[in-house]
Amino acid sequence: MQFTFFHLMPYRPLDMVERHKHRSGWVVLPNALYDPKKGADEYQSYIDQLVYAEKLGFDVIAVNEHHQTAYGLMPAPNLIAANLIARTSKAKIAIIGRALPLVNNPVNIAEEFAMLDNLSRGRIVTGFVRGIGNEYHSTGINPFFSHERYQEAHDLIVQAWTKPGPFSFEGEHFNIRYVNLWPRPYQSPHPEIWIPSMGSSETVKWAAAPERKYPFLVTFSARDLIARYLNAYRDQARAYGYEASPNQVGFASPVYVADTDERARKEAAAGIETLFNDFLATPFQMLLPPGYSALQSMKNTMRMRKALGATKRHTIDELMASGTVVVGSPKTVRDHLARLRDDTQAGKLITMLQFGTLSDELTKRNMEMFASEVMPHLRD
Amino acid sequence: MPGTESKHKVRDVNVRMLRGGDGPPVLFLHGANGLPQWLPFFEMIAARCDLRVPEHPGYGTSDNPAWLRDIGDLAMYYLDFLDALDEPKVHLVGQSLGGWTAAEMAVRNCTRIASLTLLGPAGLRVKGIPCGDNFIWDAEENVRNLFHDQSIADRLLAMPVSDDDADIALGNRFTTAKLGWQPRWYSPALERWLHRITVPTQVIWGENDKLFPKDYAARWGERIPGCTVTVIPECGHIPAIEKPDITAKKVLELVGRS
Repeated sequence: MQFTFFHLMPYRPLDMVERHKHRSGWVVLPNALYDPKKGADEYQSYIDQLVYAEKLGFDVIAVNEHHQTAYGLMPAPNLIAANLIARTSKAKIAIIGRALPLVNNPVNIAEEFAMLDNLSRGRIVTGFVRGIGNEYHSTGINPFFSHERYQEAHDLIVQAWTKPGPFSFEGEHFNIRYVNLWPRPYQSPHPEIWIPSMGSSETVKWAAAPERKYPFLVTFSARDLIARYLNAYRDQARAYGYEASPNQVGFASPVYVADTDERARKEAAAGIETLFNDFLATPFQMLLPPGYSALQSMKNTMRMRKALGATKRHTIDELMASGTVVVGSPKTVRDHLARLRDDTQAGKLITMLQFGTLSDELTKRNMEMFASEVMPHLRD
Repeated sequence: MPGTESKHKVRDVNVRMLRGGDGPPVLFLHGANGLPQWLPFFEMIAARCDLRVPEHPGYGTSDNPAWLRDIGDLAMYYLDFLDALDEPKVHLVGQSLGGWTAAEMAVRNCTRIASLTLLGPAGLRVKGIPCGDNFIWDAEENVRNLFHDQSIADRLLAMPVSDDDADIALGNRFTTAKLGWQPRWYSPALERWLHRITVPTQVIWGENDKLFPKDYAARWGERIPGCTVTVIPECGHIPAIEKPDITAKKVLELVGRS
């Protein structure tokens, strides 16, 4: 397996009492709750963790983009990537991803990735996402056109990387007279593109298409869903007439390892529960604005929610039982991950070893335990 | 007596339409929540007029054509719709999104418009006075914030919602987002061209409108030549539901005069 150390960079000093006076930790959470001195410390800790991950033998270190939220302090993840390039030498640096529909000129994204690829001499992995529903509230971009903008922006960026410039791009949303990238990407034909996803069938179909074969990563989902979506991708590849390689499928999970199951559960509980209940939690109309998902899938989601009734706080036990998080002794974690790998032939594991309010000290221990007790057993 | 329901086809698009009454022709354009049932307000208008209430393309069980991309498309569709009616002119009444559509029609072409009544219309931005954010409101807020009289909201919220109703509401919300999300509830060009509305026009606003604050009413009044402005006390965003008597009276007065 290929191992990625992924960071969200949550703002841990968040006052959780104040947080719950607002409808979400996104968009409307007053930024008076952000203390720049504490925030600067957070950046330093988190970048140190990413750099340390390379020393521990992770193949990839990864960041992503989120806006106007305490959930993740990286509205501009390429700035972190640039910093990581200077402080590392071997690891791939993945930006998974940039939210394509949220920008007004996707050529900027193509340019920045090309710059990073040159600066790192080809260590960049890119990720293309649509952004979370909240981000259509924070940017004002119309969620109804999210899919269209994503497809167009994708085409524009890939063409900007591969097609001799200058050329014109004529889209419904992006109409650019001169596309002529200076610099071009270092890797040929271009950096890898990974597709983090919540598993929508449209995305599976698109990512698995033979002309793309983009690695498909199921993020923060229950074990059964991870297996179902990854196998849907494999089935789709077969329907296209080829067998997906292990490198084409992966999943992202919060992981916590300690010497015993009991200790792991105890140490991870607060971090896991704050991640899901305080940082991530957001109301339906913010998470899924109209048009963000296809009408039919949103109808299904609404029926499901109606059946489930009011949402309550998630507990670590419930998240462990569903396999949304992987927490336990080295043996427990190894067995869980090995089984999922065997069930899905997944070749990519995106670990999130710092989550929610988990402290620097426990994060470091978790990273070391994972690297020494779990990673070697799952290497090919 | 409730209006009769039919399918009405203009060009390639079939829309559901309610119709009732006799007299001068009136076309009512509904708001973002879709075509309500036959309201007491409709009954009052139909007592003196021939009232048509189409369900917009993209809403309810009307067709959802791929060409519908923005509010200008909807306005052009309704100009086609007017051309296809067997009437030289109609009195146009629009609520919120429907008012915005009516104004977009009128700046383009008033030939077939006899008079214009805008009820709490979307369409303009007034700097410093942002509109309410109906997309960030939850389902309950989206009902409560439309009414001053909360007993109306209580009654609506207590009504059972079938899966079919919920699906239609969601589909309506998709089209509403398409038309109104960005820029939020206005067209940058509309205000510049409101002087082109040359038919008798009135704007009616609920004093307690939480979606488009009543300050917007004055801006419409300033920009449309000869436009009268009525602000109804103790009334939220939908005067036709919350104050049907005075709203219908105002509409009928303008129809009578024009």
